[in-house]
Amino acid sequence: MLGADPATADDAWRARVGVVLQSWRDHARWTPRRLLTQLGGYYAAYSTPDRPRPVPVDELLATVGLTADADRKIVTLSGGLRRRLDVAVGIVGRPDLLFLDEPTAGFDPQARRDFHDLVHRLSDLEGTSILLTTHDLAEAERLADRILILAGGEIVADGSADELTRRVAGSSEVRWTLHGERFVHATPDPTPFVRRLFEEHGDAVADLEVHRASLEDTYIAMVARHERADDATARPLAGAVR
Amino acid sequence: MSAATTGRPPAGRAAVRLGLQRGWTEFVLSLRSPQDQAFYLVSALGTLVFLWINRDDAVEGTDLLYPSVALPSILGALLAFGVVIGPAYALAMEREDGTLLRHKALPHGMQGYVTGQLVYHSLGLVPSLLTILVPGFLLFDGLMSGGAVGWLTLAWVVVLGLLATLPWGMVLGAVVPSTQKVGTWGMLPVLVITGISGIFAPIQALWGWLQVVAQVFPTYWIGLGMRSAFLPDSAAAAELGGSWRPGATVAVLVAWAVAGLLVAPRVLRRMARRQSGSQVQAAREAALQWVR
Repeated sequence: MLGADPATADDAWRARVGVVLQSWRDHARWTPRRLLTQLGGYYAAYSTPDRPRPVPVDELLATVGLTADADRKIVTLSGGLRRRLDVAVGIVGRPDLLFLDEPTAGFDPQARRDFHDLVHRLSDLEGTSILLTTHDLAEAERLADRILILAGGEIVADGSADELTRRVAGSSEVRWTLHGERFVHATPDPTPFVRRLFEEHGDAVADLEVHRASLEDTYIAMVARHERADDATARPLAGAVR
Repeated sequence: MSAATTGRPPAGRAAVRLGLQRGWTEFVLSLRSPQDQAFYLVSALGTLVFLWINRDDAVEGTDLLYPSVALPSILGALLAFGVVIGPAYALAMEREDGTLLRHKALPHGMQGYVTGQLVYHSLGLVPSLLTILVPGFLLFDGLMSGGAVGWLTLAWVVVLGLLATLPWGMVLGAVVPSTQKVGTWGMLPVLVITGISGIFAPIQALWGWLQVVAQVFPTYWIGLGMRSAFLPDSAAAAELGGSWRPGATVAVLVAWAVAGLLVAPRVLRRMARRQSGSQVQAAREAALQWVR
């Protein structure tokens, strides 16, 4: 990773990596501003002209949306605010590579949406790659440029959301009604199928719907394929790279 | 370390400076915390009430009153106990709550963290000693008979005592399997050592072999050094060998300090190496499940 083995890498290497921990209750008495100032200080020695480190605290607080809560005790922050602080700690050293481990686990839909916006803002950071693990495939589809699917400890798929969906045959589903009767047909290539449908029945075709397989369908298909191949029972995990 | 360019302090030294800041911040936050204020107050009140109840008892073989002899001993015990158990709990807890993991992810983070711990727990002694000393001087007469020399003795005993015990508190915190086990692994042995160290009862009241055991540990010597600082020279007659044995005190405390400073970095490095996210996760689950 970044040209070194994490187990033996030195401190200069460490300065280039950001990790967002699913932390829990550390630094309860500190405030976000105080903690970020203190932890950011460790990166000052690794500052370079094109990569000034650490990120100024006010800028950091604004990025993660904690400006209003910067001087509250950390113990009083809600789960969502707490996670934002964790992200701020992860990026305070302006890392080349940032790890987010299931950042939205346990979030309500609003908090999840806010967090996705935050990740989009982070991806605008100059030259920072983000590696995010998640079990939420809609999340991976929304955020990631490149997706890796892990099953039984192995990478079973690697590509963009589009590429992955295309890789599974019969990946589109066409639904329609004809004379009051419902029909469903699975096809890898819906356009010619729909054209033929119209040629045959004309305007009698009603309620036409074409669904591309979602990433979730793809995922399940790929994991099923993997599990047939060898009897891996480990819980599969989707990884997403931006 | 090619990324560290010239013109700035080296990263390691910067980390130590950040650690000093960290220790100071933790100390200030602790002083402001009602939880810690209550701890300081309760331990001081308990000690003072205990001394006040026994204020008119004469100490056998001397013309001194009980508080004059007991207060220095208790200060010694508080030092030895607090500086071992405090860091042990802090380290065990911060291993589980993610504080340590955060520092592991930082460049030179562990150096900063350990410096912060040393500063924080050393500073923490100040309020716990002052809350007893200041009211003690108001309540009881004849506490400090040594004058300036006595205060000087107090200073070196405190510093040497710190050096002899604080590293072992860190070692303890690094090796206990979990916070819930600090009681069994740390508290119990330290309480036993404190109990046999002549703090509450003269060491001569113990069996001979137990006196030898007590003199292996630093607690006895810190208590002895404290008494030598506060009490008149004539009181030395009540000690083992009828002397304050300052030479032996320095020798024993320095030996513990050297051993501690040799062992602690190794144990801490091993602890840092083994610290991982899944360990923090496991601790979190363990804390939610007390009964198993």
